[in-house]
Amino acid sequence: MADSDLPGALGGIRVVELAGEASAYAGLMLAGMGAEVIVVEPPEGHHSRGFEPFLDDEAGPERSLWWWHYNASKLGVTLDLGEEGDRDRFRSLVGTADVVLESERPGRLADLGIDHDTLRADHPELIWVSLTPFGRTGPRSQEESIDLTVLAAGGPVWSCGYDDHAIPPQRGGGNQGYQTGSVFAVLSAQTALLARDRTGQGQFVDVSLHAAANVTTEFASVQWLVAGDEVQRQTGRHAAVEPTTFTRALSVDGIDVNTGFPPRSARDFAVVVEWMESLGLKDQFEEFFFLEMGTQLEEDLHLSQIGQDPEVTAMFGAAREAVRFIAQNITAHEFFIGAQERGLAVGIIYSPEEVLADPHFQERGFPVEVVHEDLGRSFTYVGAPYIAPKSPYRIRHRAPHIGEHNHILSPK
Amino acid sequence: MKSEALSHIRICDFTGQLAGAGATRWMAAFGAEIIRVEDPVRLGKWDVLRGTSPFVDERRGHEFGGCFNNHNVEKLGITLNLRTDRGKELLTQLIAECDAVTENFAAGVLERLGFGYERLREIRPDILYVSNCGFGHAGPYRKYKTWGPIVQACCGLTFTSGLPDMPSAGWGYSYMDHHGGNFMAMAIMAGLIHRSRTGEGQWIDMSCTDAGATMLGPAVLDYTVNGRPLRRDGMPYSNRSQFPAMAPHGIYEADGHDAWLALAARDERDWQAITELMGIDDRRFADLAGRLAHEDDLDDAVRAWTSKRDRFEAAAELQAVGVPAAGVAKPVDRVDNDANTEAWGLWPTVTHGEMGRVRVDGIPAHFSDTDWVLERGGPLLGQHNRQILGGLLGYSDTELADLVAEGVI
Repeated sequence: MADSDLPGALGGIRVVELAGEASAYAGLMLAGMGAEVIVVEPPEGHHSRGFEPFLDDEAGPERSLWWWHYNASKLGVTLDLGEEGDRDRFRSLVGTADVVLESERPGRLADLGIDHDTLRADHPELIWVSLTPFGRTGPRSQEESIDLTVLAAGGPVWSCGYDDHAIPPQRGGGNQGYQTGSVFAVLSAQTALLARDRTGQGQFVDVSLHAAANVTTEFASVQWLVAGDEVQRQTGRHAAVEPTTFTRALSVDGIDVNTGFPPRSARDFAVVVEWMESLGLKDQFEEFFFLEMGTQLEEDLHLSQIGQDPEVTAMFGAAREAVRFIAQNITAHEFFIGAQERGLAVGIIYSPEEVLADPHFQERGFPVEVVHEDLGRSFTYVGAPYIAPKSPYRIRHRAPHIGEHNHILSPK
Repeated sequence: MKSEALSHIRICDFTGQLAGAGATRWMAAFGAEIIRVEDPVRLGKWDVLRGTSPFVDERRGHEFGGCFNNHNVEKLGITLNLRTDRGKELLTQLIAECDAVTENFAAGVLERLGFGYERLREIRPDILYVSNCGFGHAGPYRKYKTWGPIVQACCGLTFTSGLPDMPSAGWGYSYMDHHGGNFMAMAIMAGLIHRSRTGEGQWIDMSCTDAGATMLGPAVLDYTVNGRPLRRDGMPYSNRSQFPAMAPHGIYEADGHDAWLALAARDERDWQAITELMGIDDRRFADLAGRLAHEDDLDDAVRAWTSKRDRFEAAAELQAVGVPAAGVAKPVDRVDNDANTEAWGLWPTVTHGEMGRVRVDGIPAHFSDTDWVLERGGPLLGQHNRQILGGLLGYSDTELADLVAEGVI
């Protein structure tokens, strides 16, 4: 069997997803793993079909690239859940599902008589994953919420921004509040499926976007929980209790790089010395002497020695400046490759579209072509988060048109 | 008490830091038997978090890293010196009893230790092996070194955060260490589900930069479909919303030191409520197109209202008229003073062998039947040697004492 014919880890699993902004990424990943994900929209289409960007910048329900991305690999049906007949068809559809995924406002589905409590008696093996801003029952469960407020209330925003605190803290781009919740919704569905292998029983899972943001802030939470210290945001680097020094440099082609940790071992100092000499930069760098001193180190420098030992402080500072100086004199890509090939961990700050053009991601098969036979074209999408040869994660096909797979539903 | 969800799964776990340890953390919370294998010679300090801040008190050393405890709750810990033949033999016996082997070393390290995938398959033909590193185990950058900020830079995430004509603000923490771990958990469980249905193991090659790049889909399509790169004048502007377009949508100054309020109008109803509450009356802002065309002035008008108010009181006023709003929460606000995180039980207290009782991150999902349990702190170095090497592999106390004396465990 060719790789492209393999069913994926969740082959044979049916997921019914009520179309939603927050849960769309979870459905996308479950579909990528091979589940048959049927996304349920209202008859006029889900409102996220009205989200920018649009194909050729022309709005239209089949032209939203937001919809295309988040609903690739899914099948699409339409139901008017305000109508009892369609609610019956929804109940029938749920009866064929292994997993229901929804991000409805707490209480809405109960009012309609199609919530898990109502349906579980007939479907004890059903797994129901609910993804809501604050969970189903907490005191804030009825608050209005979007990605921005999830990230503001949940902690990430506090840690992101600039050294100048007169500038507002920043929200990272790309719906990361929704997507973080979605990642946990996927883990929940998988965990419940593995549990069902053993018990035969389904269950209800209550996933909270706010909780998901709260427990993915790394030091901000742990520093507070363990030591009662509050981290402060800094430009382009970790929010910290004590200020840290720069890690950013602007390369000659105007692209930023992350210069990483400064060299600390004799080997690393020797690498920087060799690199500067090979670029002919040695004579322009006043502190070259301290780099040469670093090549004689018998033990690695330790961060705690900064400010204590003047020689160590000078070597550290020179190393950091030297790496930045190199970055400022070559292109970002030359810097990234040059440093990493020499064993120094640095990064190039790519914009999203630049990632797909990079040979590494291309060789891994990360960019994938998705056929839009309806347009007679194909487009490049982001691909799989991991390579699993026996159960590949794949973008299986374009997102569905409104009601494209209504034949799946029981007849009216 | 343990969760029963994954209690039938046992993993031989070499993960560390957050990008790896985060993966098996989730599974441990749901009852999987996660056996961390550490190096007794280096006191497990391949995982630098074993000995780094934050600390609960003045004590220092490899049993006192606050993040290590946080990321390794409910796991078991054993020591094996894999430089020795006996250590390799014990590891071989352990792997034969496990469903999966997991690691986030630099590419090739486990193979150099003598336990590459081919060897793992010899030991147990249906073994699941999940490796996780910054650029994966295939491709020209496979040997490159990363940690969170490098991953975030190279996958596009850093670039998306910040203001026009300013350097990237990026992520003020290792967002992709969390999600490196989460996507690795996803890969492990996908592999286990496949294995439970087919009996087939495999090697899953997880790359943090691939995982991160899946999180920027609409921006990528705007380029591949419309030819519009995100690297362009006026972009990114991440507190504003391009996909979908909304205005106002931002983080605004509130009254107080470093106090901020996030709010947005999703639609005309929200906007109407905002104008009435804030007393904004400007014909330029009558529709979304007008608000987007005059967004700087719009933000000034909103700021005139927010800057005189407490962030939480202002958010409550906006919520009362149905508008999404939230004060930007500081750690104290959300850990100690948030009724919702408290009701969720989001900061459980675990007991660590040296640190004592410590609060940790909880799990953002509650299961009706087999919910997570976090009670035990991260393992001390070799804390469970007797339980695993004795209980599981059958070594007697005398044999274990010899193994200690020989420097094997």
